[in-house]
Amino acid sequence: MLISTLPADGLCAFHLLYCDPTIEIKARETPLIVNVFKPALVLALLAGAAMATPARAQSAAEGRTIAFDRGKGNCLTCHAIKGGDLPGTIGPELTGLKARYSRDELIAIVTDETKRNPLTVMPPFGRNRILSEQEINAVVDFLQTL
Amino acid sequence: MTPRLAIRAAMALALGVPAFAPAAHAAETIDPVADKAAFQKFFTDKFPKLKREDFVNGPYSMNEDLHKQWQEKEEFPPYEFSLEDGKQMFTTPFKNGKTYADCFPNQGIGIRQNYPYFDEKEGKVVTLELALNRCREANGEAPISYVKDEMAALTAYMAFTSRGKPMDIKIPNDPRALEAYRLGKEYFYTRRGQLNFSCATCHVQSPGERIRAEVLAPALGILNAMPIYRSEWSGMGTTSRRFITCNSQTRAVPLNPQDDEYRNLEYYLSYVSNGLPISGPGARP
Repeated sequence: MLISTLPADGLCAFHLLYCDPTIEIKARETPLIVNVFKPALVLALLAGAAMATPARAQSAAEGRTIAFDRGKGNCLTCHAIKGGDLPGTIGPELTGLKARYSRDELIAIVTDETKRNPLTVMPPFGRNRILSEQEINAVVDFLQTL
Repeated sequence: MTPRLAIRAAMALALGVPAFAPAAHAAETIDPVADKAAFQKFFTDKFPKLKREDFVNGPYSMNEDLHKQWQEKEEFPPYEFSLEDGKQMFTTPFKNGKTYADCFPNQGIGIRQNYPYFDEKEGKVVTLELALNRCREANGEAPISYVKDEMAALTAYMAFTSRGKPMDIKIPNDPRALEAYRLGKEYFYTRRGQLNFSCATCHVQSPGERIRAEVLAPALGILNAMPIYRSEWSGMGTTSRRFITCNSQTRAVPLNPQDDEYRNLEYYLSYVSNGLPISGPGARP
């Protein structure tokens, strides 16, 4: 998945900040769950779905509110999200996330994406206390519904 | 060195923090000429259809629809009132009988492209807005706000008399001038505020992209259009206002207008747009 389309080479020409070859900017493939067709795992996933509690659904609804709130997650500023108006174009569309990222990965991305990609535009919602841990959890609950 | 460490070292170097290997620190020698060439090439490569001078139209240069909007706007420019006010202010004598024209080279006409400049006597960068207030004070007038209509009107008029003239910022052979440039560059690329944005995050990494419905302007030529009428502001804004608003929008604590950091930033950002025409006053969504 293309995290950023930043042409690092071009930028490096005028600021050292962008020159580090270890900064991986493009194509950060997050491995899909390769064993998804194993019967045991399928059963586990189904069980997980069955356990999707009303509490989790409520949390996802709260997460949606936070994600769309300009003073909170404000995710639409950069990402297209189903059901959101006037999305920006800087980040990728938020769709099919559950298949691509684990819950922990999503929490890590929202908390501080600069850890994976130092040049990301994405604000570090957890590190800079833009959102509380509980709010991030709710946002991730919402992201997993997309 | 682990990737993380290498990144930190690179950032530290970029920010001039003496955190690692002093030998490597010398790797970033300040070379404004090379900076400018690389900076301009970055944008012209990224937007191969645009001519270099097109960049001064900001978001309106980024695609055809926006360009049409701009052309339509220019027929009844929203900055026209400001321009008229500015001309009147500029030509009206102070109480002592002198005018702004007496404070500037060439009576202040067609000189906007030379601002900001490095004043070797003061050892600091002097912007046009600063020079205008100094002119007022030297003539016994109270300074005016850097972020309000009067300053925008004055700079609008002065920019208008310089339209089409290529930005021409000089860095004199004075280590303090080079340092001011370096500090401006550092400010431009340093992330700050709760949202963790640098100027470059939006205006170098993401020009042409949208945040919500708004198209981000390229950093190249961004000051050539100042001051600007912004529909979002329902009014005119100076360079000072633009810097302060950018800081607040990223939830950083804005500096005071014409603080050294802003003066240096304007110096850097104007220098790397040398050669592009003055297009101010401008209009923006």
